[in-house]
Amino acid sequence: MALAALNNIGTQVCRQAVPPDWPGGFWWHWLFFTVVLIIFVLVMVMGVIYIERRGMGRMQSRLGPNRTGPFGLLQPVADAVKVLLKENIVPANADKLVHWLAPVVAFSPVLLIFAVVPFQNGALLADLNIGILYVVAVSSISTVGVFMAGWGSSNKYSLLGAMRNVAAVVSYEMPLVLAIVGVVLLAGSLSMNQIVLAQDIPFILLQPLGFLIFFIAGCAEINRSPFDLMEADSELTAGFHTEYSGMKFAMFYLVEYAEAVAIAAIITTLFLGGWRGPVLPPWLWFIVKVIIVFFVMVWTRTTLPRVRIDQLMSLAWKFLFPLALINLVVTAIEVLALPAALLWVLIIINFAILAALIPLWSKLFFKLGWGRLEV
Amino acid sequence: MAIETREMALKTEPFVLNFGPVHPSTHGVYRMRTTLDGEVVLDIEPVFGYLHRGIEKLAEQRTFTGFIPLTDRLDYISSMSNNLAYCLAVEKLAGIAVPERAEYIRVIIAEMQRIANHLIAVGSFLNDCGAYFTPFLYMFRERERIVDLFEMVSGQRLLYNYMRIGGVSQDLPDEFLPALRKLLDLMPSYIGEYERLLKDNEILQARARGVGILTQETAVNCGISGPVLRSTGYRWDWRRADPYSIYDRFDFDIPVGVQGDCYDRFRVRIEEMTQSLRIIEQAIKDLPSGPVQADVPHLIRPPVGEAYAHIEAPKGELGFYLVSDDSVAPYRCHVRPTSLINLTALREMVRGWKVADLIIIFGSIDITLGEVDR
Amino acid sequence: MTVALSGKDIASKLEERFPGSVVESSQACVLIKPDSLLEVAAFLKDTPELNFDYFNYVTAVDYFQYFEIIYQLTSLEHNHSLVFKARCYDRENPAVPSVVELWQGADFQEREIYDLMGIRFEGHPNLKRIFLWEGFQGYPLRKDFL
Repeated sequence: MALAALNNIGTQVCRQAVPPDWPGGFWWHWLFFTVVLIIFVLVMVMGVIYIERRGMGRMQSRLGPNRTGPFGLLQPVADAVKVLLKENIVPANADKLVHWLAPVVAFSPVLLIFAVVPFQNGALLADLNIGILYVVAVSSISTVGVFMAGWGSSNKYSLLGAMRNVAAVVSYEMPLVLAIVGVVLLAGSLSMNQIVLAQDIPFILLQPLGFLIFFIAGCAEINRSPFDLMEADSELTAGFHTEYSGMKFAMFYLVEYAEAVAIAAIITTLFLGGWRGPVLPPWLWFIVKVIIVFFVMVWTRTTLPRVRIDQLMSLAWKFLFPLALINLVVTAIEVLALPAALLWVLIIINFAILAALIPLWSKLFFKLGWGRLEV
Repeated sequence: MAIETREMALKTEPFVLNFGPVHPSTHGVYRMRTTLDGEVVLDIEPVFGYLHRGIEKLAEQRTFTGFIPLTDRLDYISSMSNNLAYCLAVEKLAGIAVPERAEYIRVIIAEMQRIANHLIAVGSFLNDCGAYFTPFLYMFRERERIVDLFEMVSGQRLLYNYMRIGGVSQDLPDEFLPALRKLLDLMPSYIGEYERLLKDNEILQARARGVGILTQETAVNCGISGPVLRSTGYRWDWRRADPYSIYDRFDFDIPVGVQGDCYDRFRVRIEEMTQSLRIIEQAIKDLPSGPVQADVPHLIRPPVGEAYAHIEAPKGELGFYLVSDDSVAPYRCHVRPTSLINLTALREMVRGWKVADLIIIFGSIDITLGEVDR
Repeated sequence: MTVALSGKDIASKLEERFPGSVVESSQACVLIKPDSLLEVAAFLKDTPELNFDYFNYVTAVDYFQYFEIIYQLTSLEHNHSLVFKARCYDRENPAVPSVVELWQGADFQEREIYDLMGIRFEGHPNLKRIFLWEGFQGYPLRKDFL
């Protein structure tokens, strides 16, 4: 009786229909998925840390970790244990509350993003019908955490790193969101599950420019190379998390990789068809695609040098933003004017636009070396 | 072209940031007190001396031969060149003639050392640019081969103590020349690999072209030498202008840059590696047989006098000024420190650029603190 | 081949321009008085047929009765070089003019000589100790230090 009452409250408060065949009603569904998500994020982060270190090692013609466990598979476990056992040092001049809260504020939004990512048809914590908007809104809160870390450390290097981070994240929100809107136009819904269901062919073929813009903007949002100047090892020692050690550093380390997994998951959902695939179970397809996207991120990290802060910002505003607008306009025209066109026609048109636009824009209007920000 | 700061509506004030002795990118224990306005560098004040060991004073208490291991520790990245410069100075002072085979061996070793040094210089420059260790490790792969050859010859991997006054300490072992041949065959393809990956990389060009420009007049006035001077467009190489040892017998080009920015310094070093390979090829072909060290007493007593000998070390003009008073130890030994003098222009080069550029410009000059501080 | 100019020829040129500045000269070097150091250096740098624009090094040696400061210059255009010296007989407060205005490369080297030998360079914009810390007593490279 009490359980039925609770379930009623849950359904009414959240106005969310739990799938009818779900045993136990609303709160069991919530509990199950919360646990699954936390375990998923932690395990995936460990997995991607391993992929990154081993993959980067092989690309740099060295072995990468191979001692801890077979093929070095337990390396992330060793890292985690090491970091957790370190002494928690807080600088004497630090703003204690801000310093303590920063990792929490940075990490929570990342977990929140996974609430709307579908693992299977209908298998997600909350099938919000504004799914992707929620993702965009929540992911920006991490930046506040980073800035708190930079400020609360009372260290000039950290402050420099945090300022750079805020500038970069704010700049890259625009192309990111515009690329998402292109996909939303094609799918006709903001709900992540609906977007996956609408992908009879993956949207990467229909929105190649959007995919590229989202990938670049996503890498910049999460401070991955070639945009990792927020924690540029060779310049600012470690940027905003210089003064952190122990568990708090573990949180920042986790944030970096969890955000990478989150962006990879969003790319998979929006562009690669989410959990759709022929033979394997859907959640396995999802994980495989996330790993592939992450591997491409590792690849770019190993290959490319870093850009400077003013070049980073001019890349966002002068290159990605106009291209994203053009992409949006073209997609809107396609959706309105050619709704019944065959898909392969649209694919060809979009790829042609991509092939024409990028060289044209980079030769005529924008060269990376021209990025000079007049302060 | 430096970045100009306009009058801003917000009031800002410059702050002093210390790129301390312990820093991942300062190539050693070097400290810079930078005055920054936001990200823009207004001024720097270099602070030296963290690696000062008093080598010049120690020279007065060691014998002439016993000082050679100390010269290794000056520019510890390219020890063979330091040895060579010192031995040339003592030979000039004492009037010793070096046998032919030793001269050829010295040239081969010195050019191999130049390649090894430039590999590290370019690798760490790219590491500073942010290409997270990948080119650095690729170049270390090649440097490992060269260091293996040095180990064959002298038994050491970093501080060789190989050259002696009047020649070299040991002859080349039998397996040296075939291994060197293999390296010479492989090296051009590796250099080609670096060129393909890096020469036209858009991000590298954006970071390094036009950044930290050094004009010819400033470079010559500051006494800057080596790849830094050549990157400004001045074709000056001591191997060509004042040939020491047997460099006048070899045929090689001198690469120069165009405008003296970081990208030019990077390109000049890559080209110099190719030219060094040419010199080694020619030297191996003509390598004569014979003794490898002149008959010089271990406790050599040069006659009273003074001498200065300089070489084109990988970093620039490295010279030793020796004064002898007919005893077994030098009366005075002064090292012309290439890296210290190359740093004279750093202040002009970085004013107005950003923090990220400061690191790159500093890395592109390629210094070693052992030589700066002695 | 960089021609090392004969000290005697340069000495005669210097005696014409600045009588009394040359103390002695030999094949290898010219010895000039510290007081006329700046004008001699400016003459060597600015005269077109000499044009010594590249400053190799400056160093100092402690011969017990005097300090000898040695300069070597090279002309990149004509490819010739010259060594000239100055002697400073004062042991307590040795001082010579600084050539930083003419060749900026002398900046750190003169600071080094001040740091390790104690010779002051008049006119140097920033004559501070460079390798040893402020407050170090004594001048290590002098022969009577250790």
